[in-house]
Amino acid sequence: MTSASRRLLAAIAAAACLIPALACATLPIEHWRTAAGARVLFVQTHDLPMLDVAVDFPAGASRDVPDKSGAASLTLSLMRGGAGGLGEDEISEKLGDVGAELSSRFDMDRAGYGLRTLSSGRERVQALSVLATVLQQPDFPQEVFAREQQRTLASLREAETRPEVLADREFRRLVYGSHPYSMRGAGEVETVEKLGRDDIVAYYHGHYFADDAVVSIIGDLSRDEAADIAEQLTSRLARRTQPLQGLPAPVPLQSARLSRIAHPATQAHILIGQPGMSRLDPDYFPLFLGNYVLGGGGFASRLNEEIRQKRGYAYSAYSFFMPLAVAGVFQIAVQTKREQSEEALKVAQDTLERFVADGPTQQELEAAKQNIVGGFALRTDSNRKILDYLATIGFYGLPLTYLDDFPARIEQVTLDEVRQAWRRRIHPDRMATVVVAGGAPATDAR
Amino acid sequence: MSTARVVIRSAFAVLSAACAAVAAAAPLAQRDLGNGMKVLVKEDHRSPVVVSMVWYRAGSMDEVSGTTGVAHMLEHMMFKGTAKVPAGEFSRIVARAGGRENAFTSRDYTAYYQQLHKSKLPVAFELEADRMANLSLSAEEFSKELKVVMEERRMRTDDEPHSQLHEQMMATIYTVHPYRTPVVGWMNDLRNMRVEDARAWYGQWYAPNNATLVVAGDVQPDEVFAAAEKFFGPVPSRPLPQRRPQVEPEQKGIKRITVKAPAELPYLIMAYHAPALRDVEKDWEPYALFVLSNILDGGEAARLNRELVRKSRVAVSANASYDLINRGPSLFFLDAIPAQGRTVADAEAALREQIRILVENGVSADELQRVKAQATAAQVYARDSVYYQAMRIGMLQTVGLPPDSVDVQLRKMQEVTAEQVQEVARKYLVDDGLTVGVLDPQPLPGGKRPRTGPEDTSRDQR
Repeated sequence: MTSASRRLLAAIAAAACLIPALACATLPIEHWRTAAGARVLFVQTHDLPMLDVAVDFPAGASRDVPDKSGAASLTLSLMRGGAGGLGEDEISEKLGDVGAELSSRFDMDRAGYGLRTLSSGRERVQALSVLATVLQQPDFPQEVFAREQQRTLASLREAETRPEVLADREFRRLVYGSHPYSMRGAGEVETVEKLGRDDIVAYYHGHYFADDAVVSIIGDLSRDEAADIAEQLTSRLARRTQPLQGLPAPVPLQSARLSRIAHPATQAHILIGQPGMSRLDPDYFPLFLGNYVLGGGGFASRLNEEIRQKRGYAYSAYSFFMPLAVAGVFQIAVQTKREQSEEALKVAQDTLERFVADGPTQQELEAAKQNIVGGFALRTDSNRKILDYLATIGFYGLPLTYLDDFPARIEQVTLDEVRQAWRRRIHPDRMATVVVAGGAPATDAR
Repeated sequence: MSTARVVIRSAFAVLSAACAAVAAAAPLAQRDLGNGMKVLVKEDHRSPVVVSMVWYRAGSMDEVSGTTGVAHMLEHMMFKGTAKVPAGEFSRIVARAGGRENAFTSRDYTAYYQQLHKSKLPVAFELEADRMANLSLSAEEFSKELKVVMEERRMRTDDEPHSQLHEQMMATIYTVHPYRTPVVGWMNDLRNMRVEDARAWYGQWYAPNNATLVVAGDVQPDEVFAAAEKFFGPVPSRPLPQRRPQVEPEQKGIKRITVKAPAELPYLIMAYHAPALRDVEKDWEPYALFVLSNILDGGEAARLNRELVRKSRVAVSANASYDLINRGPSLFFLDAIPAQGRTVADAEAALREQIRILVENGVSADELQRVKAQATAAQVYARDSVYYQAMRIGMLQTVGLPPDSVDVQLRKMQEVTAEQVQEVARKYLVDDGLTVGVLDPQPLPGGKRPRTGPEDTSRDQR
C-alpha cells in the first residue's frame, strides 16, 4: 500500500516474478512468429472488454556501454517523445482520448512498452496505432532529448542523497565489478551528462530489431486479430544483420568484501549478497524454494522471524533472487536504526550461515511447498499478471508448458537438493556487504 | 502491515472515481449479521481465487492526543496471538494454506486481508473471527512490536524528506481536526505508548458492529453468508464510543511552512481545503473537483505536465491530486519540483498561473472529454484485479458511502460540465484556504558525494 510495504512486496515479487504461475492448468498460450521474425505469445480471454499488449527487446540497462550508462533508459523514455511526425503532446492526447495507458518496461535485460486499452474498435485501433508508431518510428527530437536529459540528471542528483541508492550502487559495484549488471538503469550523473542525441539514435538502431522482439498479448481478441496486431507492431522494425551477443557470466566473488558509507539517516541500510542465478539455472527450483524459507516467505521466513519478530530490529528484512539472462543478484536487505546496525548485521549473517550449513527443516520445506503450490492460482488471477508471464516465457525462451509444469517441479524438489544447491552456490564467507549510515550518528548529523 | 497515507490517497482518488458500468459485472450482494456486522460479496469467476477483507471503522482520526499511532500499533498486534493461535501463527497458517495476507491502517479505517484459493476461505474467516474477539495483547509482544513500528516510522517518515514535509503540512493545515496527526503516530507518543493503550483501543473499536467483511472472487454469495454467520455470527456486539465531530474552523488566510532535510532538490506543496463526497446522488462539487484534478494531472496529456514540465520547463515534475472519498474533510493538492536554476517561488508562480487560467478561461471540450474517457476506461481496467474491487467496496462502506455506488459515481462524473469545473476552481483554489509547504534541501555532511572504498584487502580483480 505504502512505499515500504510495496518495497517488501516488490522484493518478494521480484523473486516470484519469474516464477510462472499455474495458468489454471489450461491456460492456452498460442505462439508464433511474425513475418519479420518477432516471437508472439497470445492468450485469448473475453471476460473483460480490454486488452494488454507488451513488446520487449533485449535493450535493458545491461546493454549500455559503461561510459554511456543511462542511454538505454533514456532511449526508451524518449521513444514516446515524438514519433512518426507526431509530437509528444499529440501522442499523449491520442492515448488519453481513448483512455489507453502506455507504460515503459525496463530492467537489466529488457526494454519495451506496455499498452492497456479497451478492446472496442475505435479505442483499440487508435491506441495500437500510437504504440506501433512509438516502437517503430521514434523521431528523438533534439529539444525533447535535451529536456529529458536535464530531468534525468536532476533525479540522479537527488538520488545520490538517498541512502538506499548509495547502498544499491555500492552493492552492484562489489558484486559485479565491471560486469554489465553493475550498471544502474538510469545511469550516472557523469555518463548521462555526456550523452548526445546521436547516442540515443545509435542506441535505438543498435538494439530494437524485429528478430529480437517479444510481443505478448492477452485479452478480448481473436487469434486473427492478435496476428494482425503483432504484424502491425513489428513489420517496420529493422532486421538484424549480426546475431545478438549474449552477456558474459558474472564472476563469483573470491573473498568477502565490505563497504561502509557515511550518511546522516536515522536508519542503517544493510545489503548482503553475491551473484545469484539465471532464469534458466539448473538450480532454479531448489534455490527458489530455499529462499522462501530463508527470507522470501514474508512473515513465515527465518530472516523476518529472527530480525523482526524475535528482536524488533527492523520493519523490513528479506532476501530474494533476481533471476536474469545470466546470474542476477541474490540479496539480503535489512533496515534498522543506525545504533544497532552491527547487531542486526550479525543476526542476518548468522541466519544465512546457519541456513546454508543446515538447510531448511523438512517441516519448513513442506510449508514452503504448500504456500507456493497451494497459492499458485494467485499468480495468474489477472490479465496483467498473465501478461508478465507471457513476456518472461517469450523473452527467456522457456517452454510454453512451463506454467503448467511449475507446481510439479516444486513438489519434486527434495530437502537434499535444497541443501546441496545452497551449499554449492551460496557462500556466506564470500559475501559482498554494504552498510550505509551504520553506527552512532556522525556529530554533524541531525 | 502498513500505514496507508500519502501514496494510497492519490491512488484512490483515481480508483474511486474510475467507476464504470461495463458489461454485466455481478451486482454486490449485501447482508447484515445479527450482531451488526456487514457482509458484502462481489462475485468474480475469472480465476479460482478469493480475497477476504475485514474493515474496522477506526483509524488514526479516532485517536486522541498523547496516544497517536495506537490504531496502527493495534493493527500490528493483531498478528501477535490469541489464546488459540499463538504469536506469529496467524501468518504461518495463512501461508501454509497458500495464502498471502497483510493489513493496512489509514486515517479513516484499519483493514486486514487474505488472498487465497477459493477452497481456503474458511481458514481466513476462522482466524479473523478469532482475533476480532480474543486477542492476547501481551506486554512482551507489545514491547517488541513497538520497536518494529518505530523502525517503520524511521523508514517511512524520518528518513524521507517528502514525507516529513507532508507530515508537517497536515499538522499545519488542520488545527482541530485529527487529520493533523500522522497515521504512524508521533515518535514521542510511540516511545511512551503502553500495552494498556492498545488494549483500550481494541476494547473500544474491535466489535462486529464496527466491522465490514468484504469477499470478492470465485464464490457464491449464499455460501459466503452462511460461512460468515458461522464464524463471525457468535461474536457479540458492543456499544461503541461516541464519535465527536471535531469540525475544523474555517481557515482565514494563507499559511506557510518550511522543512529542512538532507536532499538535493527543493519541493513545493500547495494544499487547499475542499469538500469530500457525502451524498453520491446529490453532491456535484466533489465530482467537479475530481475532473479538475485530472485536467491538471490525468496522464501525460494533462496541463501541468504539458505547461510546467514540457513547455516552460520551470519544473521537473508537477502534480495535482484530490481524494473525494474520506470520512473527514478533503484537500486539493498541487506540488512541484523546480527545475535546475529555478526556485520554489518560480514553481509556485507557475502553479498559480495555471489556476488563474483555469478560473478565467475554464476548460476545453476536448480536455473534459479526455478525462471522462479515461475514467470510463479505468473502471474497466479496475475489474482486472479482484483485490482492488474488494478494496474499493470496503473503503466506500467504511467511510459511509453506498458500497455499490461506483456506477453512480461514474455517471455523476460524466455529467460534470466545463462550467462546474471552472466554478469549483474559483470557489476552492483561493488563498484564504491555502497552506504552502517548502522542502529546503540541506547538503549531506561532508559534501554531496559520500564515498568510501571497500575495507578489505582482497586481491581479486574487482
